[in-house]
Amino acid sequence: MSKLGTRTFTLLQTVTSVGLSALAWAVTGVRPIWNGSQPSDRQRIYFANHASHGDFILLSACLSEKQRARTHAVAAADYWGKSRLRRFIAQDMLSSVLIQRQWTDEAQNPISIMLSVLDEGHSLIIFPEGTRNMTDEPLLPFRSGLYNLSMARPDVELIPCWIENMSRVLPKGQFVPVPLLCRVVFGAPITIAPDEERRAFLDRARETLLALNPRPLRGD
Amino acid sequence: MPMMHETFILVVGLAAVLTTASLVAGILSWRAPKPLSSTLVNLNQRINAWWVMVVAITVAFFFGRSGMTNLFALISFAALREFVTLTHSRRSDHWVLLGMFGIIIPFQYWLVWTAWYGLFTIFIPVYCFLLMPAITALHGDTERFLERVSAQQWAVMISVYCVSHVPALLTLEVPDFEGRNLLLIAFLIITVQGSDVLQYIFGKLFGRHLISPKVSPSKTWEGLVGGLATSSLLGALLSFLTPFSPLQAAGVAFIACLMGFLGGLVASAIKRDQGVKDWGHLIEGHGGMMDRADSLVFAAPIFFHTVRYFWTV
Repeated sequence: MSKLGTRTFTLLQTVTSVGLSALAWAVTGVRPIWNGSQPSDRQRIYFANHASHGDFILLSACLSEKQRARTHAVAAADYWGKSRLRRFIAQDMLSSVLIQRQWTDEAQNPISIMLSVLDEGHSLIIFPEGTRNMTDEPLLPFRSGLYNLSMARPDVELIPCWIENMSRVLPKGQFVPVPLLCRVVFGAPITIAPDEERRAFLDRARETLLALNPRPLRGD
Repeated sequence: MPMMHETFILVVGLAAVLTTASLVAGILSWRAPKPLSSTLVNLNQRINAWWVMVVAITVAFFFGRSGMTNLFALISFAALREFVTLTHSRRSDHWVLLGMFGIIIPFQYWLVWTAWYGLFTIFIPVYCFLLMPAITALHGDTERFLERVSAQQWAVMISVYCVSHVPALLTLEVPDFEGRNLLLIAFLIITVQGSDVLQYIFGKLFGRHLISPKVSPSKTWEGLVGGLATSSLLGALLSFLTPFSPLQAAGVAFIACLMGFLGGLVASAIKRDQGVKDWGHLIEGHGGMMDRADSLVFAAPIFFHTVRYFWTV
């Protein structure tokens, strides 16, 4: 985490970001649907459903180049930090923030790491399910990170983002994407009430995200 | 260039029609109260998209056989992507879906390019239709098996097999028509797409009786009859492009446009079944590629085989 404080895009990160966005468009024709929020330079936490490695690329592709340079996906260090190659892809190319899902050392506290990025004025993309959803359920229960971040930084907008179809484009365990049309639905920001319980807030956030699914009855 | 004269008439004619349409829409928009009604906004978008489509096809036309083959391969890609997006699939279908995009499209258009007629006609309906469900079965996932398999088969049938019959017109050998087959494509596209527009106009002006209210709220008997009659007439006027006499051209255009109508009807039924209004958003004002190509999809194979049976040796 030595890059903290000078978190600007390197040339490699800019090239990767433009290239992946163009690729995402060519393969999925991705379109943002702003349904309750608008593109903005405000500091935000985008939280989204997660079923594929392509999820955050798709979400980033919906942001402007300027916002993309200031928005970082939060990824699991136990997966993306496993080998030198994975770490290179995650940190040096995609400028992700790596966190430990199982941590003991206070220096690894994921909330502190995410807060330090927010304190630089940058935005985050997080997947509150905590893992890629491989079940028939549309959305797994949320883990607590979203609640903790929101309690600590209530001024940062929480934007729910429903990513459509990406689980079919690039399912877990596959590396060649099937070209299918994808949309990302950006909903209205949610705010935490001062006395709201952890579980109640997380369930409400999850329901808000689920309600953005434009085609909920298909059974996919 | 052997078709210089005809090409010139076509380009000037299409430019004149579109310019007129743009002028009329411009005047209507200028005189209408602001903000513009959704119908007028849509009309303007549609006409602008027509300019783009006509320019794209014209450019492909000048590149001849390679231009047309590549253009329609891309159209197949866009159409297949819309079709597969809309229908049900499961994680275990990943390799079959990849094969549809990565193997079936390139191979089918390679068969068009090399004019291998025998394999071109059976590759998808025989080999693919048998092997695709076999691969799905090997994956062992039987959940909604028949539904998934039939959706995959219909997807390649409509988006790849049918569409590939348009550039395949270039492989037909019609006596005394050598080197002019591109004009057959122009004839097919202009009459069928013209018929769509004419059915739309006649429907808007005189439409009273719905043909199938459950399937489509915009297809009327008045629109169909008016559109088919005028597009058959258009076909007769365009007979100078073809090996047909004016009367034959009217008959062939009638069959193609009737098939085009049925294609639109089937496409509407599929969309209705899947609970969407448009296939996608690729073409501003029109919807997706399949919204624009649905009529051509049904017309192309029948037109191809009509010409092949009656006009080739």
